[in-house]
Amino acid sequence: MDVTATIHGLIGGVLIGLSAVWLMATLGRIAGISGILSGLLTRSSPGDSAWRLTFFLGLISGPLILMLLGSGLGEGLGNVVNAPAKVIGEPAGGIGLMLLAGLLVGVGTGIGGGCTSGHGVCGMARLSTRSIVATVTFLLVAMLTVYVTRHAIGGGA
Amino acid sequence: MKALMGYIAGLLFGLGLAISGMTDPARVLGFLDVAGAWDPTLIFVLGGAVVTTFIGYRLVLRRDRPLVAQGFQLPTRRDLDGRLIGGAALFGIGWGLSGYCPGPAFASIAGITPPLVAMLATMIGGWFLARKLPAKA
Repeated sequence: MDVTATIHGLIGGVLIGLSAVWLMATLGRIAGISGILSGLLTRSSPGDSAWRLTFFLGLISGPLILMLLGSGLGEGLGNVVNAPAKVIGEPAGGIGLMLLAGLLVGVGTGIGGGCTSGHGVCGMARLSTRSIVATVTFLLVAMLTVYVTRHAIGGGA
Repeated sequence: MKALMGYIAGLLFGLGLAISGMTDPARVLGFLDVAGAWDPTLIFVLGGAVVTTFIGYRLVLRRDRPLVAQGFQLPTRRDLDGRLIGGAALFGIGWGLSGYCPGPAFASIAGITPPLVAMLATMIGGWFLARKLPAKA
Protein backbone atom coordinates (compact mmCIF):
# COMPACT_ATOMS: atom_id res chain seq x y z
CA MET A 1 0.00 0.00 0.00
CA ASP A 2 1.15 3.51 -0.84
CA VAL A 3 1.52 5.03 2.65
CA THR A 4 1.90 8.63 1.47
CA ALA A 5 -1.25 8.40 -0.64
CA THR A 6 -3.12 6.89 2.30
CA ILE A 7 -2.04 9.64 4.72
CA HIS A 8 -3.02 12.29 2.17
CA GLY A 9 -6.37 10.57 1.82
CA LEU A 10 -7.00 10.55 5.58
CA ILE A 11 -5.97 14.20 6.08
CA GLY A 12 -8.11 15.29 3.14
CA GLY A 13 -11.03 13.21 4.38
CA VAL A 14 -10.87 14.78 7.85
CA LEU A 15 -10.83 18.27 6.25
CA ILE A 16 -13.93 17.37 4.20
CA GLY A 17 -15.57 16.20 7.45
CA LEU A 18 -14.61 19.44 9.21
CA SER A 19 -16.18 21.37 6.32
CA ALA A 20 -19.42 19.45 6.77
CA VAL A 21 -19.39 20.02 10.56
CA TRP A 22 -18.58 23.72 10.10
CA LEU A 23 -21.47 24.23 7.64
CA MET A 24 -23.89 22.51 10.04
CA ALA A 25 -22.58 24.44 13.07
CA THR A 26 -22.79 27.85 11.40
CA LEU A 27 -25.58 27.68 8.79
CA GLY A 28 -27.37 24.49 9.82
CA ARG A 29 -26.97 22.98 6.35
CA ILE A 30 -25.88 19.67 4.85
CA ALA A 31 -22.60 19.97 2.90
CA GLY A 32 -23.83 18.35 -0.30
CA ILE A 33 -22.05 19.72 -3.33
CA SER A 34 -24.75 18.80 -5.86
CA GLY A 35 -27.44 20.30 -3.62
CA ILE A 36 -25.53 23.52 -2.92
CA LEU A 37 -24.45 24.15 -6.52
CA SER A 38 -27.66 23.00 -8.24
CA GLY A 39 -29.55 25.13 -5.73
CA LEU A 40 -27.40 28.12 -6.63
CA LEU A 41 -27.91 27.61 -10.38
CA THR A 42 -31.44 26.24 -10.80
CA ARG A 43 -33.47 27.80 -7.99
CA SER A 44 -33.96 31.35 -6.90
CA SER A 45 -33.67 31.44 -3.12
CA PRO A 46 -32.48 34.92 -2.14
CA GLY A 47 -31.50 33.98 1.43
CA ASP A 48 -29.22 31.18 0.25
CA SER A 49 -27.61 32.45 -2.95
CA ALA A 50 -24.80 34.40 -1.25
CA TRP A 51 -23.44 31.60 0.94
CA ARG A 52 -23.81 29.06 -1.86
CA LEU A 53 -21.78 31.32 -4.16
CA THR A 54 -19.05 31.88 -1.54
CA PHE A 55 -18.99 28.12 -0.82
CA PHE A 56 -18.34 27.58 -4.54
CA LEU A 57 -15.57 30.21 -4.52
CA GLY A 58 -14.00 28.50 -1.49
CA LEU A 59 -14.24 25.10 -3.19
CA ILE A 60 -12.25 26.26 -6.21
CA SER A 61 -9.79 28.38 -4.20
CA GLY A 62 -8.72 25.42 -2.00
CA PRO A 63 -6.87 23.57 -4.80
CA LEU A 64 -5.61 26.89 -6.20
CA ILE A 65 -4.02 27.80 -2.84
CA LEU A 66 -2.33 24.37 -2.70
CA MET A 67 -0.98 24.85 -6.23
CA LEU A 68 0.49 28.27 -5.37
CA LEU A 69 1.80 27.18 -1.97
CA GLY A 70 3.28 23.98 -3.41
CA SER A 71 5.15 25.78 -6.19
CA GLY A 72 6.39 28.33 -3.62
CA LEU A 73 7.69 25.57 -1.37
CA GLY A 74 8.95 23.52 -4.32
CA GLU A 75 6.92 20.61 -3.02
CA GLY A 76 3.80 18.81 -4.24
CA LEU A 77 0.87 19.13 -1.82
CA GLY A 78 -1.66 17.12 -3.81
CA ASN A 79 -2.09 13.39 -4.33
CA VAL A 80 -2.16 12.93 -8.10
CA VAL A 81 -1.19 9.42 -9.27
CA ASN A 82 2.41 9.35 -10.60
CA ALA A 83 2.63 13.18 -10.55
CA PRO A 84 3.42 14.32 -6.99
CA ALA A 85 4.04 17.92 -8.08
CA LYS A 86 0.50 18.30 -9.38
CA VAL A 87 -2.69 19.09 -7.47
CA ILE A 88 -5.22 18.49 -10.25
CA GLY A 89 -5.15 15.43 -12.50
CA GLU A 90 -6.04 15.02 -16.16
CA PRO A 91 -9.55 14.05 -17.31
CA ALA A 92 -9.98 10.35 -18.01
CA GLY A 93 -11.55 10.81 -21.44
CA GLY A 94 -12.24 13.15 -24.31
CA ILE A 95 -15.01 15.66 -24.81
CA GLY A 96 -17.60 13.15 -26.09
CA LEU A 97 -17.25 10.81 -23.11
CA MET A 98 -17.29 13.72 -20.68
CA LEU A 99 -20.45 15.23 -22.21
CA LEU A 100 -22.22 11.93 -21.54
CA ALA A 101 -20.71 11.48 -18.06
CA GLY A 102 -21.69 15.02 -17.05
CA LEU A 103 -25.29 14.53 -18.14
CA LEU A 104 -25.54 11.27 -16.16
CA VAL A 105 -23.97 12.84 -13.06
CA GLY A 106 -26.22 15.92 -13.31
CA VAL A 107 -29.51 14.07 -13.88
CA GLY A 108 -28.57 11.29 -11.44
CA THR A 109 -27.61 13.54 -8.53
CA GLY A 110 -30.56 15.82 -9.35
CA ILE A 111 -33.25 13.14 -9.11
CA GLY A 112 -31.37 11.06 -6.50
CA GLY A 113 -31.10 14.07 -4.20
CA GLY A 114 -27.36 14.01 -3.60
CA CYS A 115 -23.88 12.85 -4.49
CA THR A 116 -20.76 11.54 -2.79
CA SER A 117 -20.79 14.42 -0.28
CA GLY A 118 -24.48 14.83 0.57
CA HIS A 119 -25.36 11.11 0.66
CA GLY A 120 -21.86 9.59 1.02
CA VAL A 121 -20.44 11.79 3.77
CA CYS A 122 -23.23 13.75 5.49
CA GLY A 123 -26.04 11.21 5.05
CA MET A 124 -23.95 8.23 6.12
CA ALA A 125 -22.71 10.21 9.15
CA ARG A 126 -26.39 10.77 10.07
CA LEU A 127 -27.01 7.01 9.56
CA SER A 128 -29.76 7.90 7.06
CA THR A 129 -31.16 4.77 5.41
CA ARG A 130 -31.84 6.66 2.16
CA SER A 131 -28.25 7.91 2.00
CA ILE A 132 -26.74 4.52 2.83
CA VAL A 133 -28.84 2.88 0.07
CA ALA A 134 -27.90 5.65 -2.41
CA THR A 135 -24.19 5.42 -1.54
CA VAL A 136 -24.05 1.63 -1.87
CA THR A 137 -25.94 1.92 -5.19
CA PHE A 138 -23.69 4.53 -6.80
CA LEU A 139 -20.49 2.87 -5.54
CA LEU A 140 -21.48 -0.55 -6.91
CA VAL A 141 -22.73 0.87 -10.24
CA ALA A 142 -19.55 2.94 -10.63
CA MET A 143 -17.40 -0.15 -9.93
CA LEU A 144 -19.41 -2.14 -12.47
CA THR A 145 -19.05 0.67 -15.02
CA VAL A 146 -15.27 0.71 -14.59
CA TYR A 147 -15.20 -3.09 -14.86
CA VAL A 148 -17.13 -2.97 -18.13
CA THR A 149 -15.08 -0.13 -19.68
CA ARG A 150 -11.66 -1.37 -18.55
CA HIS A 151 -11.94 -5.14 -18.55
CA ALA A 152 -14.98 -6.33 -20.50
CA ILE A 153 -14.84 -4.01 -23.53
CA GLY A 154 -11.66 -2.02 -22.80
CA GLY A 155 -9.27 -4.87 -23.59
CA GLY A 156 -7.87 -4.85 -20.06
CA ALA A 157 -6.37 -1.38 -20.45
CA MET B 1 -21.60 36.65 7.96
CA LYS B 2 -23.41 33.74 6.25
CA ALA B 3 -21.29 34.35 3.15
CA LEU B 4 -18.05 34.20 5.16
CA MET B 5 -19.13 30.95 6.86
CA GLY B 6 -19.99 29.49 3.45
CA TYR B 7 -16.59 30.51 2.08
CA ILE B 8 -14.74 28.82 4.97
CA ALA B 9 -16.76 25.62 4.48
CA GLY B 10 -16.05 25.61 0.73
CA LEU B 11 -12.35 26.30 1.32
CA LEU B 12 -12.01 23.39 3.78
CA PHE B 13 -13.85 21.17 1.31
CA GLY B 14 -11.67 22.22 -1.63
CA LEU B 15 -8.47 21.76 0.39
CA GLY B 16 -9.67 18.32 1.51
CA LEU B 17 -10.46 17.18 -2.03
CA ALA B 18 -7.11 18.40 -3.36
CA ILE B 19 -4.91 17.06 -0.52
CA SER B 20 -6.62 13.67 -0.70
CA GLY B 21 -6.15 13.39 -4.48
CA MET B 22 -9.85 13.34 -5.30
CA THR B 23 -9.12 16.06 -7.88
CA ASP B 24 -7.32 13.33 -9.86
CA PRO B 25 -9.76 11.13 -11.81
CA ALA B 26 -7.03 8.44 -12.03
CA ARG B 27 -7.00 8.21 -8.22
CA VAL B 28 -10.78 7.79 -8.08
CA LEU B 29 -10.96 5.32 -11.00
CA GLY B 30 -8.13 3.34 -9.39
CA PHE B 31 -10.40 2.81 -6.38
CA LEU B 32 -13.42 1.90 -8.52
CA ASP B 33 -11.33 -0.58 -10.54
CA VAL B 34 -11.63 -3.48 -8.12
CA ALA B 35 -10.50 -6.00 -10.78
CA GLY B 36 -7.35 -4.03 -11.63
CA ALA B 37 -4.46 -2.54 -9.61
CA TRP B 38 -6.79 -1.48 -6.79
CA ASP B 39 -6.04 1.87 -5.10
CA PRO B 40 -7.60 2.01 -1.61
CA THR B 41 -7.07 5.78 -1.08
CA LEU B 42 -10.74 6.73 -1.53
CA ILE B 43 -11.80 4.49 1.37
CA PHE B 44 -9.56 6.53 3.70
CA VAL B 45 -10.97 9.79 2.34
CA LEU B 46 -14.58 8.66 2.75
CA GLY B 47 -13.83 7.00 6.11
CA GLY B 48 -12.00 10.06 7.48
CA ALA B 49 -14.82 12.33 6.34
CA VAL B 50 -17.68 10.16 7.64
CA VAL B 51 -16.09 9.57 11.08
CA THR B 52 -15.25 13.27 11.50
CA THR B 53 -18.77 14.28 10.45
CA PHE B 54 -20.39 11.59 12.64
CA ILE B 55 -18.61 12.91 15.75
CA GLY B 56 -18.96 16.59 14.81
CA TYR B 57 -22.69 16.39 14.02
CA ARG B 58 -23.34 14.81 17.43
CA LEU B 59 -21.68 17.75 19.17
CA VAL B 60 -23.22 20.42 16.93
CA LEU B 61 -26.80 19.10 16.85
CA ARG B 62 -27.04 19.25 20.64
CA ARG B 63 -27.21 23.01 20.33
CA ASP B 64 -30.54 24.80 19.93
CA ARG B 65 -29.63 26.42 16.63
CA PRO B 66 -26.72 27.12 14.28
CA LEU B 67 -24.48 30.14 14.92
CA VAL B 68 -25.76 32.38 12.12
CA ALA B 69 -29.06 30.81 10.97
CA GLN B 70 -32.52 30.21 12.40
CA GLY B 71 -32.46 26.42 12.60
CA PHE B 72 -30.89 23.18 11.43
CA GLN B 73 -32.25 22.05 8.06
CA LEU B 74 -32.04 18.26 8.01
CA PRO B 75 -33.65 15.89 5.51
CA THR B 76 -36.69 14.17 7.02
CA ARG B 77 -37.62 11.61 4.34
CA ARG B 78 -37.09 7.94 5.18
CA ASP B 79 -38.79 6.11 2.29
CA LEU B 80 -36.81 4.41 -0.47
CA ASP B 81 -38.14 5.20 -3.93
CA GLY B 82 -37.30 4.79 -7.60
CA ARG B 83 -35.95 8.31 -7.93
CA LEU B 84 -33.40 7.80 -5.14
CA ILE B 85 -32.13 4.46 -6.43
CA GLY B 86 -32.47 5.22 -10.15
CA GLY B 87 -30.76 8.59 -9.67
CA ALA B 88 -27.93 7.02 -7.68
CA ALA B 89 -27.47 4.39 -10.42
CA LEU B 90 -27.31 7.01 -13.22
CA PHE B 91 -24.84 9.02 -11.14
CA GLY B 92 -22.77 5.86 -10.62
CA ILE B 93 -22.47 5.29 -14.39
CA GLY B 94 -21.35 8.89 -14.97
CA TRP B 95 -18.91 8.71 -12.05
CA GLY B 96 -17.46 5.42 -13.31
CA LEU B 97 -17.04 6.79 -16.86
CA SER B 98 -15.29 10.01 -15.80
CA GLY B 99 -13.86 9.60 -12.29
CA TYR B 100 -15.50 12.93 -11.42
CA CYS B 101 -18.31 13.39 -8.92
CA PRO B 102 -19.65 16.95 -8.59
CA GLY B 103 -17.22 18.21 -5.87
CA PRO B 104 -13.97 17.24 -7.59
CA ALA B 105 -15.30 18.32 -11.00
CA PHE B 106 -15.94 21.88 -9.79
CA ALA B 107 -12.88 21.94 -7.51
CA SER B 108 -10.71 21.15 -10.57
CA ILE B 109 -11.61 24.44 -12.27
CA ALA B 110 -8.13 25.78 -11.35
CA GLY B 111 -6.74 23.18 -13.79
CA ILE B 112 -9.50 23.50 -16.37
CA THR B 113 -9.37 21.42 -19.57
CA PRO B 114 -11.81 21.20 -22.53
CA PRO B 115 -13.17 17.78 -21.44
CA LEU B 116 -13.84 19.17 -17.93
CA VAL B 117 -15.67 22.19 -19.42
CA ALA B 118 -17.81 19.74 -21.42
CA MET B 119 -18.62 17.72 -18.31
CA LEU B 120 -19.48 20.76 -16.16
CA ALA B 121 -21.78 22.10 -18.90
CA THR B 122 -23.82 18.89 -19.25
CA MET B 123 -23.82 18.36 -15.46
CA ILE B 124 -25.45 21.76 -14.98
CA GLY B 125 -27.82 20.95 -17.86
CA GLY B 126 -28.64 17.67 -16.11
CA TRP B 127 -29.55 19.53 -12.91
CA PHE B 128 -32.03 21.68 -14.86
CA LEU B 129 -33.40 18.59 -16.60
CA ALA B 130 -33.86 16.74 -13.28
CA ARG B 131 -36.04 19.60 -12.02
CA LYS B 132 -38.35 19.15 -15.04
CA LEU B 133 -38.91 15.45 -14.42
CA PRO B 134 -42.18 14.44 -12.72
CA ALA B 135 -41.99 14.14 -8.95
CA LYS B 136 -43.06 10.51 -8.74
CA ALA B 137 -41.29 7.49 -10.19
